[in-house]
Amino acid sequence: MTALLDIRGLKAEIDGRQILNGLDLTVNKGEVHAIMGPNGAGKSTLSYVLSGKPGYEIIGGEVFFNGEDLLALDPDERAAKGLFLAFQYPLEIPGVATMTFLRTALNAQRKKRGEEELSSPDVLKRVRELAKQLGIDPEMLKRPLNVGFSGGEKKRNETLQMALLEPKLCVLDETDSGLDIDALRIVADGVNRLRAADRGMIVITHYQRLLDYIVPDVVHVLSAGRIVKTGGKELALELEATGYAQYQNEAA
Amino acid sequence: MAAVQETIERVRGIDVDQYRYGFETLIESDKAPKGLSEETVKFISEKKNEPAWMLQWRLEAYRRWLTMQEPTWARVDYPKIDFQDLYYYAAPKPKKTVTSLDEIDPEILKTYEKLGIPLREVAMLEGVEPKVGEEDPARRKIAVDAVFDSVSVATTFKAELKKAGVIFMPISEAIREHPELVQKYLGSVVPTSDNFYATLNSAVFSDGSFVYVPPGVRCPMELSTYFRINERNTGQFERTLIIADKGSYVSYLEGCTAPQRDENQLHAAVVELVAHDDAEIKYSTVQNWYPGNSEGKGGIYNFVTKRGDCRGNNSKISWTQVETGSAITWKYPSCILRGDNSRGEFYSIAISNGYQQVDSGTKMIHLGKNTSSRIISKGIAAGKSQNTYRGLVTAHRKATGARNFTACDSLLIGDKCGAHTVPYIEAKNSSATFEHEATTSKISEDVLFYCIQRGLSQEEAVGLVVNGFVKDVLQQLPMEFAVEAQKLISISLEGSVG
Repeated sequence: MTALLDIRGLKAEIDGRQILNGLDLTVNKGEVHAIMGPNGAGKSTLSYVLSGKPGYEIIGGEVFFNGEDLLALDPDERAAKGLFLAFQYPLEIPGVATMTFLRTALNAQRKKRGEEELSSPDVLKRVRELAKQLGIDPEMLKRPLNVGFSGGEKKRNETLQMALLEPKLCVLDETDSGLDIDALRIVADGVNRLRAADRGMIVITHYQRLLDYIVPDVVHVLSAGRIVKTGGKELALELEATGYAQYQNEAA
Repeated sequence: MAAVQETIERVRGIDVDQYRYGFETLIESDKAPKGLSEETVKFISEKKNEPAWMLQWRLEAYRRWLTMQEPTWARVDYPKIDFQDLYYYAAPKPKKTVTSLDEIDPEILKTYEKLGIPLREVAMLEGVEPKVGEEDPARRKIAVDAVFDSVSVATTFKAELKKAGVIFMPISEAIREHPELVQKYLGSVVPTSDNFYATLNSAVFSDGSFVYVPPGVRCPMELSTYFRINERNTGQFERTLIIADKGSYVSYLEGCTAPQRDENQLHAAVVELVAHDDAEIKYSTVQNWYPGNSEGKGGIYNFVTKRGDCRGNNSKISWTQVETGSAITWKYPSCILRGDNSRGEFYSIAISNGYQQVDSGTKMIHLGKNTSSRIISKGIAAGKSQNTYRGLVTAHRKATGARNFTACDSLLIGDKCGAHTVPYIEAKNSSATFEHEATTSKISEDVLFYCIQRGLSQEEAVGLVVNGFVKDVLQQLPMEFAVEAQKLISISLEGSVG
């Protein structure tokens, strides 16, 4: 069976500084992988390189997404093929209603896939339904995207986008940052609803507490741009107790 | 495969040369001899069957013009215009008087159809009336006056407007049929001596629209004029005069397009608005003259004088403009707030791409007591363009309680363009309250990436962000035009990044 995501020996740099140093990772459909690691290990870089953010240069390795060369695709094509990045700091777009953004994104993806675009009322119906499931106030859909949203609202909005766009692979970049425990629980509930047999997830986090709510199948430790240890969910607890120091030493 | 094909098409589409309205209509036309002289002025007046007073008015303007210099204070740069190398009048042939749409040259009707402007009164002819309670705003009736080169070719819904007492006709007809109104108001807001281009227009204007709304009448439909320059080497000098009598209301929209040509073409229009006591005029413009190609060759020189006079107490004039076209735009729709408690508004979106140069803004001249004005300007500069907001807010010594609020926001796309804000503020009355806010920002790469990660192409992402940026102004447009304007904004910015 083809892996959903297959990263082999990935090396990447930004501004001449190498961040990823030969990273290997395989994620199969239906699996949730957690990537933990100290600050500066390359966690966010991995999410940006996968999604194709400009400024990062790939200097080695390969990435296959459903068997296709991911790095050869433009960032918007990667999105249309089902790669979704939930941002650590979602961006604000003044003057653009959240609903408008959702509709534009959904139809842009559908168009790229050669599917028919959905009418505004159809999108509205879908979004309202999903918002209800995620406990999102419909009033939020009228507000400009992320403008003046609380940390919790922004992350819930990311979850709503994820639910609407139905990606094949979700990369959650430090979803827990800026959330209090109640907001964290709500967002995690939303993410858990999206766990599915044909969908994979990569949950990037510095802290173990997120993994109490989104329980991973596999936990990896990322240090100095490489995966240095892989284990089950108990590895996260172990890290919580011992910290990252030993891995930093290993990598150095 | 579809996605790949889509990408290829997009890449091909990334070119400012993709001007949608750049076609030319092949039609014979009747032109004045090249160049400008008293003879040219007389020729135009004669063609229009004008009364003697009108010819005198023109000739005075022409003689005045000879003594004037082209203004140089605007932040625009262009080679000297040879005013003797232009045609000042071009009319589509045949010259026989047109009494119904069926007699209009089908080529011209086709042109307007291509532009998406229906001249045929479909709803009227077919007797299709919207059912009560399910009126589709996009299908609301709009009366159109279509001006092709120098003459008005058709005005729709004349009869229905007449029933309401509204006069909406080509100004050339109004000069003959309503001389008392034209004589009373023409040049009363923009005098013949006003400025180089307005004076030139006064001498050679050939057509435009005339609107008179009688006291207490709310004009039953939107009025609009579509200007089309077709002929080569021809200047277009239209003249619009709108009078809203006491307690009346009218909303008017103008749209402009021109074929794609290598040489520059001159457009020097004058628009005068007069609002009496308690009257309101809403004037919207969607300006999409040909902007020139990606190397800055060709395009329209748009030198326009627009001014509204809030002559009566409690009157209101509101300008909304979406400026996306023209190689050079030099345009300052203004309000003279003469009546007590009168209000002036200016909402503007000015987009420049390629090598376009925009120098636009407004003047709010507070003369009456407790007058107020509001200016919201959104400038978007992309490519190698220069985009300047130039505005004047002034309160006369007797204008107690004058209030103004100004917000000028500029958005830069790329690093080869420029945005400039030049506000002049003069308060000669100590009770005046003037507020000015200005921001300049660059379109954020992070925001674009966020959109692209959600599946939008680079172009779609820019379009979305810009439409958000201009939303406050778009909301001021009549709804049916807001949608069109939104699309136009996205098209204008194609090729602005990357």
